[in-house]
Amino acid sequence: MSSFELTIRPRKGWQPVDWKEIFLYRELLAFLMWRDVKIRYRQTLLGGLWAVLQPLIAMLIFTFVFNRMAGVKSDGPPYPLFAFAGLAPWTFFSTAVSQSSNSLVTNQQLVAKVYFPRVFIPVGAVGALLLDLLFSLGLLGVLMIYYRWPINSHIVLLPIFILGAILSAAGVGLALSALNVSFRDVKYAVPFLIQMGIFLTPVIYPLRYIPEKWQMLLGLNPMTGVVLGFRYALLGTPASWSVMGVSLTVSVFLFIFGLLIFRRMERVFADII
Amino acid sequence: MAPIVEIRNVSKEYRLGRAFQRTENLREFLSRKIKSPLGGGTQNGTGPAKDERFWALRDVSFDVAEGDTVGLIGRNGAGKSTLLKVISRITDPTEGFVKLRGRMASLLEVGTGFHPELTGRENIYLNGAILGMRKTEIVSKFDEIVAFAEVEKFLDTPVKHYSSGMYVRLAFAVAAHLNPEILIVDEVLAVGDVAFQKKCLGKMNEVSRGGRTVIFVSHNMAAIENLCKRGIVLERGQVAFEGTSKDAIHRYLNNLSGAQDALGHVIDLSGATDRRSLTAKLLRRMEFFTDGDRPMTEGLQIGARLKIRVHFDLPTPTTSFNLGLGFNNIFGQRIFTAHSQFEPNRSNREHVGAQVFVCDIPSLTFMPGEYMLRLWLDIGNTEADLINDAARISVIESDYYGTGKVPWNGTFVLKHNWYEERAADAK
Repeated sequence: MSSFELTIRPRKGWQPVDWKEIFLYRELLAFLMWRDVKIRYRQTLLGGLWAVLQPLIAMLIFTFVFNRMAGVKSDGPPYPLFAFAGLAPWTFFSTAVSQSSNSLVTNQQLVAKVYFPRVFIPVGAVGALLLDLLFSLGLLGVLMIYYRWPINSHIVLLPIFILGAILSAAGVGLALSALNVSFRDVKYAVPFLIQMGIFLTPVIYPLRYIPEKWQMLLGLNPMTGVVLGFRYALLGTPASWSVMGVSLTVSVFLFIFGLLIFRRMERVFADII
Repeated sequence: MAPIVEIRNVSKEYRLGRAFQRTENLREFLSRKIKSPLGGGTQNGTGPAKDERFWALRDVSFDVAEGDTVGLIGRNGAGKSTLLKVISRITDPTEGFVKLRGRMASLLEVGTGFHPELTGRENIYLNGAILGMRKTEIVSKFDEIVAFAEVEKFLDTPVKHYSSGMYVRLAFAVAAHLNPEILIVDEVLAVGDVAFQKKCLGKMNEVSRGGRTVIFVSHNMAAIENLCKRGIVLERGQVAFEGTSKDAIHRYLNNLSGAQDALGHVIDLSGATDRRSLTAKLLRRMEFFTDGDRPMTEGLQIGARLKIRVHFDLPTPTTSFNLGLGFNNIFGQRIFTAHSQFEPNRSNREHVGAQVFVCDIPSLTFMPGEYMLRLWLDIGNTEADLINDAARISVIESDYYGTGKVPWNGTFVLKHNWYEERAADAK
């Protein structure tokens, strides 16, 4: 008999996160991410190209509609580059949120039949999209060469903003996936929220288009900081550290909040899913 | 030494109201909360009670010592699966606790987490990880798993192209190579072809001989007797019996039909729950008899006579009506249908009022196990009254072939002969 001992009892209310257990099961998280990556583009003609096609097409359309027709200007780099540097993290965030908020429901067989830390399901769905993000960053590199836009030293800070994007997507995904178990409304609300969300994030327009006094408010949207940070780190656009600081703090809290909500609702998943 | 599994006063309550929440949307939830802000309760005076409670487990306590193999038996709905779900941490108990003193893996379903788009190879890794195996463990057992499943040639084919047999073999092969200290297994041997089932039983035998602690649920009494030293009978969420697996099986089979109602062989259909009646409840009662017209109060031996008398009403005079009896196995598969239209000597006389029809099966040759009866009455071309799970019949082992050899698998037994021809005559 091993020294291992576990007591299963009724749980009520808020639950702490069991980091030890998460560490024990870490390989499974990797496997779940690997599975999502493997199956995402199975039986598609274009396969992994879809990862870069979405932000690329959006970039072309946005450049045409907002830059050429509506006269929106970037804050330095050519508008297509400016738009793409915002669209890359935004596409990651929006896809990650929609995939992870549905993840518990699409994996209900797993939830009902086998035990492992449930947080892996929505978090794994987010993690699996990092590869797509990497592809679109590669494409951004190509675009930068095309536009002869120099790379700059801020790029060392990029991981911080990638982490911000992960934390925001995972936080929202954790909370929404848990809610989705009881209320399938989530499935219908998420696409709509994501559609609206792009306008509340400076993806299409630079931050300076927003009156100074409202900029902090926009900073409460965690993706504001991520998008600004991506542009700052990759294209060298001016940084607004106060707004970015607010955003990054919000994403940390959002993640903690999502985890707590998830842990609280987790114990009834198998009964009602 | 402390038991490796300790189950103490475990109760599990399900709110049937939760079933409504499953399809309830936010608007309905909010309007329900507004109507009765203190939660729960009935929606209004006329609607069904939304917060009906149901104890799937009630005060269950027992210990499992290290190296023990315990069989859990009981009817459908007795709480076996719920108990396994509690022990395997899928759902919390409402009261009480379970203490596990070893690494546990549970197998409540074959192929949990298999993805049809992934290849056999990929699914072995994924499924192994889901069931709690380390990557190094899977790598070291990979060849063994593939050999056990007999799918070498299709390893790199997506499993959606597998036959159902291959799929099950692969899924079970992964599970069979789990190496936990405590293994929890729900009815999983019920799938797959017979030869493979035997192979799985053999593998499980190996596992239990290896000193592993196993908790096993099955409707296959032969498997329970074969694999388990101890048996626990659950009835209505409570432990009804605990002892050797042989005694537990005996107790279970004896109680099966007796538990149906006080008279044993008579079933009053007025209280049937799973029923579809067109206008009125016309089916009233069933009575069961066996050889020598003795009331059938316990399990029916393989090959014994089964005579079912059905009492029902015909509200208006009619010549065109029929009774049907469907025998389903525990997996809901129809094994056999008896229907009065198959009777060549049926009279075409007009009938009205109370009727008694008898279905006489001279020899019921199903394999041992439990069977659920569906009973229905057709008047004209419409289904006038239908009852699902109207009764349960348990078929028990007997010396059907008169050789002392008990048939061990298949769906039914048939009289058959073997004889010899001179080898020289055959080409």
